[in-house]
Amino acid sequence: MNTTRRTVLKSATASGVLAGLIAAGALRPTQVLAAEWNKAAFEAHDTVGALKGIGAGAPADSKDLILKVPDIAENGAVVPVDVISNIPNTTSISILVEKNPSPLSASFDFANGALPEVSARLKMGQTSLVKAVAKADGKFYTAQKEVKVTVGGCGG
Amino acid sequence: MSSMNRREFLQMLAAASVAGAALDARPLLAAGNTDALYDVPKFGNVHFMHFTDCHAQLRPIWFREPNVNLGVAGAFGKAPHLVGEQLLRAFGIKPGTREAHAFTYLDFAQAAKTYGKVGGFAHLATLVKRLRAERPNALLLDGGDTWQGSATALWTNGQDMVDACKLLGVNMMSSHWEFTLGDKRVQEIVEKDLKGKIEFLAQNVKTTDFGDPVFAPYAMREMNGVQVAVIGQAFPYTPIANPRYMMPDWTFGIQDENMQKMVDEVRAKGAKVVVVLSHNGMDVDLKMASRVTGIDAIMGGHTHDGVPQPVTIKNAGGQTLVTNAGSNGKFLAVLDFDVRGGKVQDFRYKLLPIFSNLLPADAEMVAYIDKVRAPYKEKLDEKLAVSEGLLYRRGNFNGSWDQLILDAIMEVQGADIGFSPGFRWGTTILPGQAITFEHLMDQTAITYPYATLNEMSGEQIKTILEDVCDNSFNPDPYYQQGGDMVRVGGLQYACAPDAKMGSRITEMRLKGKALEADKKYKVAGWAPVAEGAKGEPVWDVVARYLRDKKTITPRKLNQPRLIGTKGNPGIA
Repeated sequence: MNTTRRTVLKSATASGVLAGLIAAGALRPTQVLAAEWNKAAFEAHDTVGALKGIGAGAPADSKDLILKVPDIAENGAVVPVDVISNIPNTTSISILVEKNPSPLSASFDFANGALPEVSARLKMGQTSLVKAVAKADGKFYTAQKEVKVTVGGCGG
Repeated sequence: MSSMNRREFLQMLAAASVAGAALDARPLLAAGNTDALYDVPKFGNVHFMHFTDCHAQLRPIWFREPNVNLGVAGAFGKAPHLVGEQLLRAFGIKPGTREAHAFTYLDFAQAAKTYGKVGGFAHLATLVKRLRAERPNALLLDGGDTWQGSATALWTNGQDMVDACKLLGVNMMSSHWEFTLGDKRVQEIVEKDLKGKIEFLAQNVKTTDFGDPVFAPYAMREMNGVQVAVIGQAFPYTPIANPRYMMPDWTFGIQDENMQKMVDEVRAKGAKVVVVLSHNGMDVDLKMASRVTGIDAIMGGHTHDGVPQPVTIKNAGGQTLVTNAGSNGKFLAVLDFDVRGGKVQDFRYKLLPIFSNLLPADAEMVAYIDKVRAPYKEKLDEKLAVSEGLLYRRGNFNGSWDQLILDAIMEVQGADIGFSPGFRWGTTILPGQAITFEHLMDQTAITYPYATLNEMSGEQIKTILEDVCDNSFNPDPYYQQGGDMVRVGGLQYACAPDAKMGSRITEMRLKGKALEADKKYKVAGWAPVAEGAKGEPVWDVVARYLRDKKTITPRKLNQPRLIGTKGNPGIA
C-alpha cells in the first residue's frame, strides 16, 4: 500500500466526497452544473426513457466499450463501475442501472479529445443489469453486465 | 433406535466397534497395505504438497462427505458434483475400501469405526516429512480457512494454528475465514509471525480507495533448477459471505484480468511452472481455468470437495489442471511436474487421505498440540450429551448437526422457524459418541456467533431463501458463493435448483399452513453479518439445550422437497 499517498490525499477528501455523492444520487447534478442538467433523461423511470432522454434510442453492442463491474457487489450502496471507451471520437459516456428507480446514474461529456475513461460509485438496491452507453461520431454504442446484490451471509 | 434403552444401545455399539477393529486388523497387519496407500513414487523435478480448509482441526476427527452436492447447468454430473457410488465409479475407486470411505459418505458410521479417525496435524506432519524426504525443495501450500473452526483457534485469536503451520513447514498460504479475525489481526500475523516463514498471498485483495494491493500477489522460488511461481487467490466474496465491517477497507472479487496480468508477469520473470493457490471454490476455479491462460495448475479449496483426480481444462493458451483437496485436515495432495526444455512435460497427482492409525503421530507436533490445548482442556472436554445418531453437517440442504442446532435455537428462543448458515466445516459425531463442548465449538466457533431472534414477514423469508439459493445454484459459477443452502427449521418448502432466481422456492408451509406474505413470524438464527448485531453466543444456547436433554435422539432432517433433481449424480 502507498501510505504516503494515502496520508497526503486524506486532506483532499472533501472533493472526493462530493464526487461520491453525485454518483450515489444524493446530490443532484442540478446543484453542480445546472446548465447541462438533462432533466428528462435523469428523471426517466425506465431504461427506454433514459436512453431516449440521452438521444440513444437503441444503441449497438460494442466490444470496444469496456465495462468493469463486480459480479457480486460487496456493498450495494457503493458499487464500483469503470467504463473505458476504445471507440474513436467518443464524446460521451453514460451509465445506467436498469432496476434503479431512475436508471440513468451518470453521464459524462468529453471535449477536445479528452480520454473517454470514467470511474464511479453507484448505489444499487437490487440485482440488475448495468449498462454503459457511449456516443461517438453521432452514433451510440453499449456494453452491459449483470451485478448481483445479495443479502449476504451463509458462505463457506 | 430411540426406543432402545441406553444400555442396549451402548452394548450394540461396543459389539460394532469390536467387529470394526477386527475388520481393520487385517489391512493393518498386512505390511504392504500402509505402504501401498502412502507409496507415492517421486516423479519429475518440481513438487507441491497442498492441504486446504483444515478449519483449525489440529487433532484427528471424523468427517462425513456429503450425499447431496448438486451440479447445475454446465456442472451437472461433473466433478466435484458427484456423490457416493457415482463418485467411486467416475474415479475408479473400489467400493468398500479405505479410499471409498475417505471420499464418500457410504456406510459412514461403520466404515469410520473400521478405518479410524482422519486428519490431525501430528499425522499430517509425519506424511509431510516423509514426502519431503523424497522430494527435495518441495513446497507445502495451505489453501486457507486455517485459523478458524475450533475452540482453541477462536480463543487464541488464530495463534494456535499460525504456530502449528510454522511447525508443519507451510511455505505459502491463501485465505478466507482468516479475515474474520479482523483486518488488523490478519496484518499483525502476516507482519510479525509469518514474515520470512510463510508467504500470505492474495492477488485479489486491494484497498477500497485506490485499489492498492494489500498482500503480495505471488511468490517465486527456484526449485531444483526450475523457476516456479505461486499466485494467491483469496475467497472473492469474503466481505459478502462474512461481515464486511471486519475488513472495511479491503475489496476482493474474482479479478480474472489481474490474475492474467500476474501470470504474464511471473512468466516474463522466467517462471516455467505457474500454480494458483486458490480459495475460489472448485466451480469458480474451473471457469477461471477456461478464461485465464498460462496457469499449469489451480490448487483449490473453499468448497471442501475431496476430488481424487485433477480436472483438465483446455483454454486458449493450452491446458490447466484444477484440483480440490477436501477439508478438515482429511487430505494431503501431492502434485509432481516433470519440467524439461523450459516447460511442463507431464505430471502426477495424488490426493492422500490422512488415516491417523496408519501414519504415526509426529512427536514434536503432538507435544505442541498438547501444550496449546492444556489451558483449555477442562472446558473442551466437558461432556454435554450423548448422541444416539450420526451427527454431520455437509450436504446442500441440511445435515443432522445443523438440525440439532436448529432444534436447539428454536426451542430455547421460542421461534416458529430457524435459520442456520450453510457452512461446510464442522466435524462428525458417531452414534453413541459423547458430544463435548469442543465438538459443539467445531460447528460454531466464529467471531460473530450471536444467536438472534427476529420477526420476519413471509415475504422476507421467501426473499432470503431465494437469495441464498441463488448463491448456491446460479448457473454461472462466478455468481455463486460456494456455501450450502441455509438450513431451515420448522418451515417446509420445495426447491427447484434449476429454476430462475425468484422462482426456486415454493410450497412454503408452517405446521401445515401456507406461509402468508404479510404475516410476521418469529425466526431464530445465528451468525448475523450486519454490523451492530448482538446476542448470546450460539454455543451457549446449544450447550444449555444439550445439557438439559442429556441424550440426543437421532435427528429428523427438515429438507425441502426437491424438484427436477431426479437423475442428478450429485444426489444419493
